[in-house]
Amino acid sequence: MGQEMKVVMDTQGIERCIERIAYEIRETNEGTQDLVIIGIRAGGILLAKRLSTKLQDIDGTDIPSGVLDITLYRDDLLSGTGKPKLGRTDIPFSLDGKIVVLVDDVIFTGRTIRAAMDALIDFGRPNRIQLAVLIDRGHRELPISPDYVGKSLPSSLWEKVVVELSPLPGNDRIVIEN
Amino acid sequence: MNLEHKDLLGLEHVSREEISLILDTAESFKEISTRRIKKVPTLRGKTVINLFVEPSTRTRTSFEIAGKRLSADVINFSASASSFVKGETLRDTAQTLQSMAPDIIVIRHSAAGAPHILARLLDSSIINAGDGAHEHPTQALLDMLSIRERKGRLEGLKVAIVGDISHSRVARSNIFGMTTMGMNVAIGGPPMMIPRDLEKLGVTVHNRLADAIRDADVVMMLRIQFERQVSSLFPSIREYAHFYSLTRDTITLARDDVIIMHPGPINRGVEIAPDIADGPSSIILDQVTNGVAVRMALLYLLGGGTE
Repeated sequence: MGQEMKVVMDTQGIERCIERIAYEIRETNEGTQDLVIIGIRAGGILLAKRLSTKLQDIDGTDIPSGVLDITLYRDDLLSGTGKPKLGRTDIPFSLDGKIVVLVDDVIFTGRTIRAAMDALIDFGRPNRIQLAVLIDRGHRELPISPDYVGKSLPSSLWEKVVVELSPLPGNDRIVIEN
Repeated sequence: MNLEHKDLLGLEHVSREEISLILDTAESFKEISTRRIKKVPTLRGKTVINLFVEPSTRTRTSFEIAGKRLSADVINFSASASSFVKGETLRDTAQTLQSMAPDIIVIRHSAAGAPHILARLLDSSIINAGDGAHEHPTQALLDMLSIRERKGRLEGLKVAIVGDISHSRVARSNIFGMTTMGMNVAIGGPPMMIPRDLEKLGVTVHNRLADAIRDADVVMMLRIQFERQVSSLFPSIREYAHFYSLTRDTITLARDDVIIMHPGPINRGVEIAPDIADGPSSIILDQVTNGVAVRMALLYLLGGGTE
């Protein structure tokens, strides 16, 4: 029983998605005032950076970005044999009154986003929280839906969707594996 | 990622990987204490019992803050206010505690080995907060975290630990932990305060302060403990200070970028001069901050138990 792998998006496709999402964010929020981009560790970090850079290119303004580690807010921490490795949260600005765009590479059950929202609320009181994901692979277990989606990719539970973003240009891709 | 045992009883048998895991985890926890709401829900519903049979304010408060910041229910048992006064044995106390089903018990006791007894008797995770003169692993871990923060690494650094080593559980745990992490440990102190054959633990022993702290990257001064009859070991405090106190003059033997540490509380003018304790090389206050982070890391890594 071999492992099948299919590339569903390449570097160019990903770049176009990010660009479109950036324009959508700007349109929905009527500009970029009070906007901050928070990437969820680990899959959302590079994506958040790219999104924030793209918005800066389009708009000319500085968009603060940060990294959120949700390990301590997970609902599956104490049921299992190992503790996931804790990473740092780095949000060096206040969230009060801001429009927070949470960013992750894939949304699946929605539990990660639930944890992320609980973490953000402990940080302060944002005006709004919006969610941007590159891939929506379905199978939600909570009533959570993204505001911005790169691509909808219906998948089976035994498949794995992997987003590979590289800091080096030209090496990105999204694959679905069995 | 997990620690290998359900308890933290000392650093003697803790591996390099485990120490690194604890320090890395602690680093991530530091950030929580800078937030406006210094709380995460991670240990919600978990019970942590602070069993401080030997009194302590600093360590106990540190563990209490750590537990509360993780949303755990923290209960403090202290010696005077408990059944120990009525003569209850440790075993009976342990079994009483067991029926309350605590997830973690933090114990400080004047008898070495007391945490080990609890670890054997109970399912709870036991953290040793100091057992007699044996070990004080969380102190050594916070010391190593503080050093790593300032110096960027641990391996290869020269550390001098000076003072009454024979009565110091801080020294012992640091010796175990630091040698495991590849540091060069030099011990300094008067001969009657240094256990014989201490070199067997992989350290060098010096009876002159100058020899111990020469070229050191880190100098750790231990408290001269008045309550352990200084007079029988040393003619006077002043004489001890004359030979072993860290002052503006003696500190010049260490490296220019040396960092000064002390587990606290400080005896100003005895083992350390006030201007050194408060000076720019001193990281004594960082140690306290890191204490909460290290204890949060341990509660996180040990909490939850095995399911």
